[in-house]
Amino acid sequence: MSGADPTRLYRTVRLIRRFEERAIGLVRSGHIVGGIHPYLGQEGVAAGVCAALRPGDVVAGTHRGHGHVLAKGADPARMMAELCGRVTGLNRGRGGSMHAADFAVGVLGANAIVGAGGAIVTGAVWARRRRGEDLVGVSFLGDGAVNEGMLLEAFNLAALWRVPVLFVCENNGYATTMPVADAVAGSIPARAEAFGIRASTVDGQDPAAVHAGTAAALARMRSDGAPEFLEARTFRFDVHHTFEHAVRLDYRSPAEVTRGRSRDPVRIAGSRLSAAERAAVDADVEAVLETAVAQALAAAEPDPATALEYLYASGLTARTGGG
Amino acid sequence: MPRLSYRKALNRALADELARDEEVFLLGEDIRVAASAVTAGLLKRFGPERVRDTPLSEQAFTSFATGAALVGARPVVEFQIPALLFLVFEQIVNHAHKFPLMTGGQCAVPVTYLVPGSGSRTGWAGQHSDHPYSLFAHAGVTTVVPATPADAYGLLVSAIRCDDPVVVFAPAAAMELRAEVGDPVPVPLGRGRVHRTGDDVTVVAVGHLVHDALAVADELAGEVSVEVFDPRTLYPFDWDGLLGSVARTGRLVVVDDSNRSCGIAGEVIATVVEQVRLQALPRRVTRPDGAVLPFAPALDRAVQPGRELLRQAITHVSKDG
Repeated sequence: MSGADPTRLYRTVRLIRRFEERAIGLVRSGHIVGGIHPYLGQEGVAAGVCAALRPGDVVAGTHRGHGHVLAKGADPARMMAELCGRVTGLNRGRGGSMHAADFAVGVLGANAIVGAGGAIVTGAVWARRRRGEDLVGVSFLGDGAVNEGMLLEAFNLAALWRVPVLFVCENNGYATTMPVADAVAGSIPARAEAFGIRASTVDGQDPAAVHAGTAAALARMRSDGAPEFLEARTFRFDVHHTFEHAVRLDYRSPAEVTRGRSRDPVRIAGSRLSAAERAAVDADVEAVLETAVAQALAAAEPDPATALEYLYASGLTARTGGG
Repeated sequence: MPRLSYRKALNRALADELARDEEVFLLGEDIRVAASAVTAGLLKRFGPERVRDTPLSEQAFTSFATGAALVGARPVVEFQIPALLFLVFEQIVNHAHKFPLMTGGQCAVPVTYLVPGSGSRTGWAGQHSDHPYSLFAHAGVTTVVPATPADAYGLLVSAIRCDDPVVVFAPAAAMELRAEVGDPVPVPLGRGRVHRTGDDVTVVAVGHLVHDALAVADELAGEVSVEVFDPRTLYPFDWDGLLGSVARTGRLVVVDDSNRSCGIAGEVIATVVEQVRLQALPRRVTRPDGAVLPFAPALDRAVQPGRELLRQAITHVSKDG
């Protein structure tokens, strides 16, 4: 098994980091409405997992999903346009932060409902493999999702029907404000092991470690078709949602946050590059994001007359709400 | 002409679509042994990859179907019990139905949800006797309630071929019907059917209640000329078809196996009175508000819309105005 390219891993975590920082700026300036769930601090998970995937593999993300979409290869400019609700966005401005999807690169969508992605990606992988396609799927989920019944049902189906889905639990310690210790009886990997699913745990702050753990799991999955579970221990550097920038919620001590932030995936990945290599990547990322933000803000907002567009794939037309 | 039972019509529609399109497959509980009889013989003919019996995990297998549909499959999910739709309302309404719009048209979710035996089966009591089609019509999910064997076949075929999610409610009270049907054919979604023409009152009847409406219309034939309109699809509703009928008769009664508040009968009346000046106040016959079907058969029947109440409503409307 070959290790991931350190430059690629660094570029991905740096891209996600700076994308999120620019997005938070656009939330503050009012260009992104409704706020976002920043992925800051967890970049190593999406970067490490997606570096081990093939282009034809599929992923389902979460409400904290920008990192998954970017790491799987979506265009940052179209992602930024989506967050700004523009017609040039990935979802033509119909999805926003919590529903960003890019089927062309195998992103079946972020999902605003906790634990919902597992069964969806299981069905998608099963259906494509039935046609003889060789692929695996990834369901990203948080530590909150392991208490959702529909996710546990999905574990059962994936194991029972041998569907190669990697369930990646990003354990950042909190479901919104609820600590794992107060929410999870038993252990998180044991949830999966109870269904006969192989489970392992990696350091989610080190993208190379995430990549190694993912690559090992995928090799086993591609050989025997069984699902796996990967717990990535990580830390959310910022808020659950940007509304917390205005309303402070008291659930993490400053000391805990300082300790958590001391293991920064961007710094860890960057330490494996020379200063010159880092500077080149950083400059490239800044240029990409400068263009992304400029294009997003220059793009048109959707015409209100098109609000019902895409509601039905069959072409059915809904009645409007007028009098 | 050969006689076709409603149950066999559903079975034949499934078999024909499985044979026609490799992307069609079935999911559901106890379907390998055809506990509801609509999947009889299909496991043997199409194999366990396409007739997949599921564990009791309604939420997961409903979303599994969504995922399969997102990549081009056409799953049919059977629910033996109508109340299971409450358990997966989230998976159907909040996921399958919303994905095309939320993704800006990147995907379609062509899943059919089939409920063979919706409404009361007398004696199955509170948690197995609901008829929740109005909920799905309200949510904007295509909703069909076939009344006859020919429509059961034709609407199920069209549901499977539709690129959107479709819920097919096969009323328990219609499942034993038999009718002479030649070669059954697809029936377009969103198109109603006039079962009986009349001049004085239009009765809109949903599902098995079509047959009650026809019986009452026969009984009243000497006094009132009743037109019986079967919408067949509740969402999208055939408003043009209904408005054409009501424009002629000027009077409207709706018989609907929903609870009264926010049931489809309310929507039918509201839409008609927005567009047609009726000659008499319209009436509806429904389950009561907040109905929970009690166990004892007499109580079960007492909360369902029956022929006597329908007769009274038709008589009242025909004499009013």
